[in-house]
Amino acid sequence: MGRMRNLLIPGVDKTLLVRDAIKTMPDLTRRRFITGGASLGALTLLTGCDVTDSFSAEEMLKQVSKFNDGVQALIFNPNAMAPTFPESAITKPFPFNAYYDLDEAPEVDGKSWKLEVRGLVENKKSWTLEELYQLPQVKQVTRHICVEGWSAIGSWTGTPLRDFLKLVGADTRANYVWFQCADKDGYNSPLDMQSALHAQTQMTFKFGDEILPRAYGFPMKIRVPTKLGFKNPKYVMSMEVTNDYKGGFWEDQGYNSFSGS
Amino acid sequence: MSAVTVSDEQATSTKVKVIQPAWVRALHWTNAFAMVLMTMSGWQIYNASPLFGFTFPRSITLGGWLAGALLWHFAAMWLLMVNGLIYLVLGFVTGRFRKKLLPITPEGVISDTKAALTGKLSHDDLTRYNYVQKLLYAGIIVVGILIVLSGLALWKPVQLQYLAALFGGYEGARYVHFFCMAAIVAFMVVHVVLALLVPKSLRAMIIGR
Repeated sequence: MGRMRNLLIPGVDKTLLVRDAIKTMPDLTRRRFITGGASLGALTLLTGCDVTDSFSAEEMLKQVSKFNDGVQALIFNPNAMAPTFPESAITKPFPFNAYYDLDEAPEVDGKSWKLEVRGLVENKKSWTLEELYQLPQVKQVTRHICVEGWSAIGSWTGTPLRDFLKLVGADTRANYVWFQCADKDGYNSPLDMQSALHAQTQMTFKFGDEILPRAYGFPMKIRVPTKLGFKNPKYVMSMEVTNDYKGGFWEDQGYNSFSGS
Repeated sequence: MSAVTVSDEQATSTKVKVIQPAWVRALHWTNAFAMVLMTMSGWQIYNASPLFGFTFPRSITLGGWLAGALLWHFAAMWLLMVNGLIYLVLGFVTGRFRKKLLPITPEGVISDTKAALTGKLSHDDLTRYNYVQKLLYAGIIVVGILIVLSGLALWKPVQLQYLAALFGGYEGARYVHFFCMAAIVAFMVVHVVLALLVPKSLRAMIIGR
């Protein structure tokens, strides 16, 4: 990763450049994958060199990660519900987790905040918090699983995203719902449409029956119990229904994009 | 000069006994390679959220950081699983498991353990495993199956929730996965030390005889 960044041209958007470069790359054939793997293995064993930074290893891993996206989309069962738990199982205190400290968490003014709705939707109106609170809500007690390995059970209440998508006339044949957030450095994350339409995927307004606190993403987070935690964006500012893969904060750094659980 | 000629003739006339067939050797080394990748990347993943009060030194992990380690882990898993599946199928179909690993009797294991500890265990016929070998090789196959299943449960605790439930849910599967790793690493250490102590067994796994 580090080496790739150094290779980039100053003044050129690195994410766009990498994205364009990936597009021009031919799909690896099975044969090339195997020979690549074999030579990589031989290299590791014979030289003991750190090959993890080399271009070929990185490309191979990226391709396998894309392949894994496909496998996960294939085995995703829209009718499989994430296990739910009794309220007594809720983890207390529920961990705050981000790439910044709690005192650096976004402080969103709920009165002026509006959820921007863009892209392939019939009604692009922005929604105030008051308007969103009028929508029917459901509660779920599910396990949040972090990509780091830990997990915690929480209680989230809000509007099923699929109901909202229907309400705004979203084209649900589109590939993604892309969320942009208020976190510093601009957090964003794409959600594949079949996960967005899952019954438990939720626009969350409450944690533990209380208005979502700042620590957990006030005014709105997207709770996706069929995904790892980083695919559950907090402090959501806008959503865009789109066919394009627009990348994400962690996804662009090498974390698997589908990251289903 | 003549001695060399004689031994050459002997080699061609009496057909050399193959100790480890080619498919076993190929699958063995592929598995060893995949296991090393899985273990080293797995240690890096463990370090992101340790189950116990220790972490693995960065120098023996793979991937550089969590995202890199996950890429390695979820790439090498295909190699490990496909290779392992071929091994299981061939092991049963060719009868190798039955012929090589069975029967395992408690008496046999006890007496061979005693013999091993007193240095009296024979290594004359490498085509036949002693009872300690049978037990460990059969046991490590079971552990290998368990580590893959618990790993699948960790990867897909919702889609494969019934599998995860068998391990006591997501958190249970983390512990099963960890202890299977520990068992495999312990096995690997003993296995490598013994292979070096009986070099002809190592040779058999490389060139077959």
